[in-house]
Amino acid sequence: MKILVCIKQVPDMESKFKLNPEGLWYSDANLAWRMNEYDEYAVEQAVQLKEQLGDAEICVLAIGPDRVKEMMKKALAMGADRGVHIKDEEPWRMDCFGIASLIAAYARDKDFGLVFTGMQSQDRGSAQVGTLVGEMLELPVLSTLVEFSFEGGRVSGKRELEGGVRARVSAQSPAVVTCQLGLNTPRYPTLPNIMKAKKKEIQTLVSSELGVQPGRVEMVRVAFPEKRKGGMLIQGDISQMTSQLMTVLKDKFSII
Amino acid sequence: MKALLVAEYRENQVRECTYELLSFAERLGAAPVMFIVGDADALPAFEGPLYLAEASTCGEFSPSVHKALLLEVIAREQPDYVVFSHSSYGWDLAPRVALATGAGQISEILDLHEEGFVVPLCNSKLRSTLKASGPLSVLTLQSGAFAAAEPQGSPQVMALDVPAGTDPLRFEGLEEAEKSEVDLSKAEIIVSAGRGIGKKDNIEMIANLAKAMGGEFGASRPVVDAGWAEHSRQVGSTGQSVAPKLYVACGISGAVQHLMGMKKSDFVIAINSDAEAPIAEVADVMVVADLKEFVPALLSCLQG
Ligand SMILES: Cc1cc2nc3c(=O)[nH]c(=O)nc-3n(C[C@H](O)[C@H](O)[C@H](O)COP(=O)(O)OP(=O)(O)OC[C@H]3O[C@@H](n4cnc5c(N)ncnc54)[C@H](O)[C@@H]3O)c2cc1C
Repeated sequence: MKILVCIKQVPDMESKFKLNPEGLWYSDANLAWRMNEYDEYAVEQAVQLKEQLGDAEICVLAIGPDRVKEMMKKALAMGADRGVHIKDEEPWRMDCFGIASLIAAYARDKDFGLVFTGMQSQDRGSAQVGTLVGEMLELPVLSTLVEFSFEGGRVSGKRELEGGVRARVSAQSPAVVTCQLGLNTPRYPTLPNIMKAKKKEIQTLVSSELGVQPGRVEMVRVAFPEKRKGGMLIQGDISQMTSQLMTVLKDKFSII
Repeated sequence: MKALLVAEYRENQVRECTYELLSFAERLGAAPVMFIVGDADALPAFEGPLYLAEASTCGEFSPSVHKALLLEVIAREQPDYVVFSHSSYGWDLAPRVALATGAGQISEILDLHEEGFVVPLCNSKLRSTLKASGPLSVLTLQSGAFAAAEPQGSPQVMALDVPAGTDPLRFEGLEEAEKSEVDLSKAEIIVSAGRGIGKKDNIEMIANLAKAMGGEFGASRPVVDAGWAEHSRQVGSTGQSVAPKLYVACGISGAVQHLMGMKKSDFVIAINSDAEAPIAEVADVMVVADLKEFVPALLSCLQG
């Protein structure tokens, strides 16, 4: 079976963000980049499925500038077989529909038995792309899975609902699965696998050649949230900080 | 202007979030029309038109069937907006409807103003204002961002027929949440560990701090997913909702799903090395420090 895993490169969320000159997105200068957390679960699930099936090929797909290849190498080191890099210098200009259209344009007619994506990205957090890809390819979509199994051509899983309730769902492959946190335990690439990954092929395609669709959502602006006033800030020397906090605990909560 | 509001029904009940859609429609200045796949005996308390399909025949969770029903209502009503909650039901169904109607979709809306809809970016460190380009917008609302309207009145019901065709996705039933071993909802003081604790061994330090303060310890989701704490200690939208007198967040960034579980706390202390972590927005006291140094120091003050 051929398996497609869609992965996105996102900034480390602990970064100090700045706005880009147009004020439409964050500036991508001086950021540390990593694989979207949700997508790590997607890669891991694909690798586990390959281990189960034996005969399978995992292709990872990412859209973005050349730097996304660094992250693709991690996926290859985790066990994916090959990469498809859809080169686009400013993928943030595309809305979810645009991104999903590119993925669908690549995946259509390629006979993937399963497509894995994260349920959302850490930066945009829209939770749209995986489901859109499935609808575009006219495949059943099992979204927000926290459990996955595959038997006799059928995908079964548990969707996570609110408050810890889960819904059991299943569908015949081909299908699309969007992965929620906790679906599995993503492995760390081992050194030998990192070395092997260097030899795996990453094919580069250009977004404009696949056909970029006009977006359906316009960006008006990006801004920092308004600072809430009134919170007390404790900062500096450890012993000073602890005594400041002890005062709060004593006065407010008579702790001690 | 007209807004089609997609109400939610689960296990014989209308879900609370349904009433948030109503107050949002009012903010928009749009006339509300409601849609639910539910039960004639458990209708939303709402004064206005309601399209009803029976969950017993259309399935409680059946995306293709619910999409087909919604498309029929959209064709009849020609709304300007189709509004969902940003819930496991809403974020699954909304993109399907957006694609089928050619609408732009804006997810997880926090607020609105003349220029568009405000959504979080980068774990709430930034805010983006967006608007859909075409005549129809599909929207999902962040839970709790719009206060729930008072449930009142009874709707004028229009029954929908079961659409033709079967869903390739099979819904096989619900599984209840595991019974909690620890009932955090009764604790007056909760000290929670986030991913910032770095490793499993540091849970003990957080548990000790909780004990020294006379409280219970909780955790954010990554800590539970990593197996460092049991699920009954998870605070947030997919864990427990708590309302202690004091909530101490150690190494927790303050993602919206976490805040949903603890925002009813009377007083919040955050200990975080990143002064800009979004938890600062809800913290009464923000301690900017490495918790691995600060927590042991605080512990010895408390014990000393
Ligand atoms: C549908 C859905 C449901 C979810 N449900 C929940 C839920 O119920 N509960 C929940 O918690 N999450 C939930 N999440 C996940 C949520 O989005 C966040 O990913 C999660 O809350 C992040 O946990 P965290 O703050 O511990 O980790 P991170 O976001 O990684 O934050 C770690 C924090 O620790 C700080 N830090 C790092 N090192 C140190 C140090 N040495 N000293 C002090 N501070 C340090 C960092 O600055 C950072 O702010 C859900 C997500 C989705 C999509």
